[in-house]
Amino acid sequence: MNRFHDLGGQHGYGSIEWEPDEPVFHERWEGRVFGMSLATSSSEGINLDATRHRAEQLDPVSYFQNGYFGRWLASLELKLEEEGLLADGELDQRLQGKIKSSAKESKPPPAPEGNPLRGLHVIREVDEPPAFAQGQAIRTRNHQPAGHTRLPAYARCRSGIIARVHPAMVFPDTNAHGKGENPQYVYTVEFAGEELWGDSAEPGTFVRLDLWESYLAAA
Amino acid sequence: MTATHEHGTPEIELRVEALESLLTEKGLVSPAAVDAVINYFEQDVGPLNGAKAVARAWLDPDYKARLIEDASSAFNELGITVRDNVIAVENTAEEHNVVVCTLCSCYPWSVLGLPPTWYKAPAYRSRVVREPRKVLAEMGLELPKSTAIRVWDSSAEIRYMVVPEQPQGTESMTENELEALVTRDSMIGVAQAAQPNAK
Repeated sequence: MNRFHDLGGQHGYGSIEWEPDEPVFHERWEGRVFGMSLATSSSEGINLDATRHRAEQLDPVSYFQNGYFGRWLASLELKLEEEGLLADGELDQRLQGKIKSSAKESKPPPAPEGNPLRGLHVIREVDEPPAFAQGQAIRTRNHQPAGHTRLPAYARCRSGIIARVHPAMVFPDTNAHGKGENPQYVYTVEFAGEELWGDSAEPGTFVRLDLWESYLAAA
Repeated sequence: MTATHEHGTPEIELRVEALESLLTEKGLVSPAAVDAVINYFEQDVGPLNGAKAVARAWLDPDYKARLIEDASSAFNELGITVRDNVIAVENTAEEHNVVVCTLCSCYPWSVLGLPPTWYKAPAYRSRVVREPRKVLAEMGLELPKSTAIRVWDSSAEIRYMVVPEQPQGTESMTENELEALVTRDSMIGVAQAAQPNAK
């Protein structure tokens, strides 16, 4: 998805604002949103591909103004709507006082067993061997889907070297949209700074990305 | 210095309260489950996990080799459960590693906790891939031109942590003393480990 979330290499975002002794959550709502997001995920864990794609659909002002946990909130609301758990406009009506809190005491579900981080189970067995080998030269494809992808715009149509071959993993471009896991090998690919940034590159700098097989072609 | 503009509007606090009350009434979430997630990220995970492994790696070259080869098992040896696919990369005088996620804010939660605000903010995400030397210098880390910089842009479900170089003159320190030198920033790769006299 060609959108503002794809920030790598963009200009004009200013200087790094480093904060001493930062708390994990700055505001109470940040923890509540994050907690709700993980607590409402299924027993298989959270579909991070779909979660990320929902955040990518935010309007740009909210995306930047409400920060990381604002993106989790937007993603959670959209998920609940998609799953029919929250009706369109239901939250806004509650905020305007149009739906009162239900008087009867409802019974909350028990806290889920085990660790809130259930693990990111994305590694899959596939029958075919990897198409590329460590040390091989590749070129990234001009891959620009309207939906979710993990190939950043700055690394399209660029030449790199396979630094490491990983197991096959669930493919975000389809998994984010409920179109299947379509597991593919993932490769760490190294790109020279000059290849990515041209004559503005800093000498002696490299970027490594973890890229799915269908993003790549033999050089 | 603070990044308050990244922490939302007053309306958002009310919105989240309303959402939690709706979800609780619908039986979709319990406040206790939300509390459990918050407690986990405030108390159970954080940079101390990563620091323990780095301090052990400084003291024990065999452990360091295992940490680089298979981080999950190496953390298990210390009684720390890694729930992400973590890879540890080692900084040397010749090669410096630094971690980012340009597309969102991927971060090794199990070993470093939740990321700091600057890591999730557009300035860092946009710039560190293009001009890592300048960004690191701005954050107080001037690297010699002879040191190559590798920026790991976390684009898949693989999470990276950096094993910083052990500061000189700390060879006789204990594991606990060394742990205190391993800062969060040094494991992201935007700083060296702290100097003992600076603590």
